Amino acid sequence: MKAAVIVFPGSNCDRDLAVAFRAAGADVEMVWHKDTDLPADVDIVGVPGGFSFGDYLRCGAIAANAPVIGALKRHAERGGYVLGVCNGFQVLTETGLLPGALLRNAGLKYICKTVGLRVETSQSAYTEGYNAGDVIDIPIAHHDGNYFADADTLDALEGEDRIAFRYTDNPNGSQRDIAGILSPNRRVLGLMPHPERAADAGHGGTDGQALFRALAGQLTSA
Amino acid sequence: MKATVHVMLKNGVLDPQGEAVRHALGASGFDGVKGVRQGKVIELDLADGTTEAQVAEMCEKLLANTVIESYRIDMS
Repeated sequence: MKAAVIVFPGSNCDRDLAVAFRAAGADVEMVWHKDTDLPADVDIVGVPGGFSFGDYLRCGAIAANAPVIGALKRHAERGGYVLGVCNGFQVLTETGLLPGALLRNAGLKYICKTVGLRVETSQSAYTEGYNAGDVIDIPIAHHDGNYFADADTLDALEGEDRIAFRYTDNPNGSQRDIAGILSPNRRVLGLMPHPERAADAGHGGTDGQALFRALAGQLTSA
Repeated sequence: MKATVHVMLKNGVLDPQGEAVRHALGASGFDGVKGVRQGKVIELDLADGTTEAQVAEMCEKLLANTVIESYRIDMS
């Protein structure tokens, strides 16, 4: 598996994501936001957490117009895999690669804690290492993770089995407890929780490991 | 020339910041504030001849996220 992780000014989970990809066996290259091409033959692009461009204007809005995003969109259109975590999820909704938007947390507070997530589908390269219905413990750390989309979009996400994870105890007001969603081809995943922060015994939890291992399994045999 | 862009959360999108401001106004003794919506104002200093349609394009592309926000343009 060949992975690339995009780095924006203000990204702060880029190296964590690279470590998690490497631990699962991937070759990882970091890609600066001003690059206009991705490394050749890249299987998956990680869009990391952090505060790209200081969250100015809207979280992810400036990053979604960075030079590298053209290459990211072409990668996704070719059927490439894209994983957006936290700020990365916000960037993916701003680019339109995933539907909806992330609003300010309903309680207005920045929340940093480990939460329970229910795996809603095992039908994706990201979640096939889990069983649907599994509850896993993954940290969240965000101020704007309140998932919003109109009712038709939410119904479509449910109808097409594209909700990957739901919170067991909704921390931020997200509609229908949504924590992570898939694209129509199931190859783009955006989620607010941080699986890369629960991928090593030293993290205090390893429930995120299965995501990276499943991905590596899929993309190596592909 | 200048343009002013007002960006607001759409009706129906919960505005937790506006709600917090409404509560704070009530706690400060201002009765009768039934609702508060918080938005942002963006002032653009533009080359002469820039059209409202061009500003609208800026709004659609970057200044507003039309999934959750509406915008209004004042050209002056």
